[in-house]
Amino acid sequence: MALIKVESVSFSYLKDTPLEREALNDISFTIEKGEKIGIIGKTGSGKSTLIQLFDGLIYPLVGEIYIQEKEIKHWSSKELCRIVGLVFQYPEYQFFAETVFEEIAFGPKNIGVPEDKLEDCVIEALETVGLSYKDLKDRSPYNLSGGEKRRLAIASILAMKPEILILDEPTANLDPRGRKEIMEYIDKWARRGNTLILVSHDLDEVMRLVDRVIVLNKGILIFDGPIEELFLNVDKIDEAELEPPEIIKIVKALEEKGYPVKGTFTLPELAERIIAYRSYISS
Amino acid sequence: MKALESFPLGQYIPMGSFLHKIDAKAKIIASFLLIIIIFFLKLNVSYLFFLFLILLGIFFSSLPLKYFFKSFRPIYFLVFFTFIIHFFFGEEGGRVFFRYGIIHVTENGIKMAIFMSLRLVFLVMITSLLTLTTSVLELAHALEDLLKPLSIFKFPAHEFSMMMTIALRFVPTLLEETDKIIKAQKARGAEFGKGNLVEQAKSLLPIIIPLFLNAFRRANELAEAMEARGYRGAKGRSRYKITYWSFKESAFLVFVCIYSILMLIAF
Repeated sequence: MALIKVESVSFSYLKDTPLEREALNDISFTIEKGEKIGIIGKTGSGKSTLIQLFDGLIYPLVGEIYIQEKEIKHWSSKELCRIVGLVFQYPEYQFFAETVFEEIAFGPKNIGVPEDKLEDCVIEALETVGLSYKDLKDRSPYNLSGGEKRRLAIASILAMKPEILILDEPTANLDPRGRKEIMEYIDKWARRGNTLILVSHDLDEVMRLVDRVIVLNKGILIFDGPIEELFLNVDKIDEAELEPPEIIKIVKALEEKGYPVKGTFTLPELAERIIAYRSYISS
Repeated sequence: MKALESFPLGQYIPMGSFLHKIDAKAKIIASFLLIIIIFFLKLNVSYLFFLFLILLGIFFSSLPLKYFFKSFRPIYFLVFFTFIIHFFFGEEGGRVFFRYGIIHVTENGIKMAIFMSLRLVFLVMITSLLTLTTSVLELAHALEDLLKPLSIFKFPAHEFSMMMTIALRFVPTLLEETDKIIKAQKARGAEFGKGNLVEQAKSLLPIIIPLFLNAFRRANELAEAMEARGYRGAKGRSRYKITYWSFKESAFLVFVCIYSILMLIAF
């Protein structure tokens, strides 16, 4: 059963006004349970619009979206929250509660988790992102570090136990350490058989976590397939005006120098191939 | 958020009409004068003459009539509300047409209903005419010039107009941000406008608190950015566009003045 099915969806902002702007044009694809997907595209390519459709925050002007085989308009917003967890860009700007506990309990409370189960919910959510319940629960969300705030924001969505987590540029404006930590915890969560959608313009970041990528360019889907396939079609990356990952650039440079390293995507693999090639040459 | 999208109440429309070209100072004085005049007019033929003046203004602004009326759609409800309140609960007196409990429809009540709603419509029309034909920057500069004489009483005219410009500049930004926060909280299962009044007010907290915090943060950043570029108030600051008061402005003002006085005297 497809978790999300998008069928020839189009969307425009400020429809029927002189300021009309097309954001998505005839997009179709399906997402199965347990998939790890990267939605990539440069600013204004329509990726943020697309993920808002999954949570019923906006409805497509043309086409349909099915969540678990049911048309999205037939789901109530609270039911949708239990399935689709959407973390916006800079989610820490939406904090409003006095304590970390209240901040995380907001979502579960809204979707009707009983009072006595709230604490477990909060503990579990904080644990998933590597924050300590005991140390943080009574602190103000505003007094945390940048990376902690971001993780807290993600926890506030995870507390609703969604089946699919959608993250919009989760590492934007963080220091390298904060980036790494966030990615590690997201990876851990996703490895438990959960479904993950990572929205980004940075292929370097996405490639470590996802198996499949959807590339958007000016509201049009230009690629949908395994990430390795995208790396073999570098012109698609150019078409979307994105930067290929460092490793792909290195492999390309090595290939031009005559190294047989085509089709390698990770550093250890690349190192092994070079060493093997060297020893082959010297023998 | 349909309500947020249809906001442009009297948003500036750049065009090269006569009214657009007149110095903003003259337009501000004229609008101010007319707003005062509205409150002195009694409900009689003078209202027709006032309407004629506004139509004249629309004509000389070359704004499409349709757009002009569309631009203040948000206040239709206010006018309607005013009308209803005065119509059914208005002042006693004159002939009584209908009475039931606290509801009463009387001759004076109906008169007041028409009177008050027309006043409101005219007020908005005059101010729309000003803001539709004058950019925010022009408006702020004109206000600064008009308030400059007050600086002998230590009134900070430049700072005042700068504050106004910044405030207006941030209206669309804050609207966009509100939209974002609403969506983010909806993604956390929040619902707005449900339950009794207290519950409804409480449900708005998750929007209002982040909005204020972000506004303060933004204000702080803006202040620092301005300082970093050497902003220190009016001292030694020149303008990119210099406006001139010519015969056109004087003639415009004299016409509005004479017309207003005639309306007051004649009726």
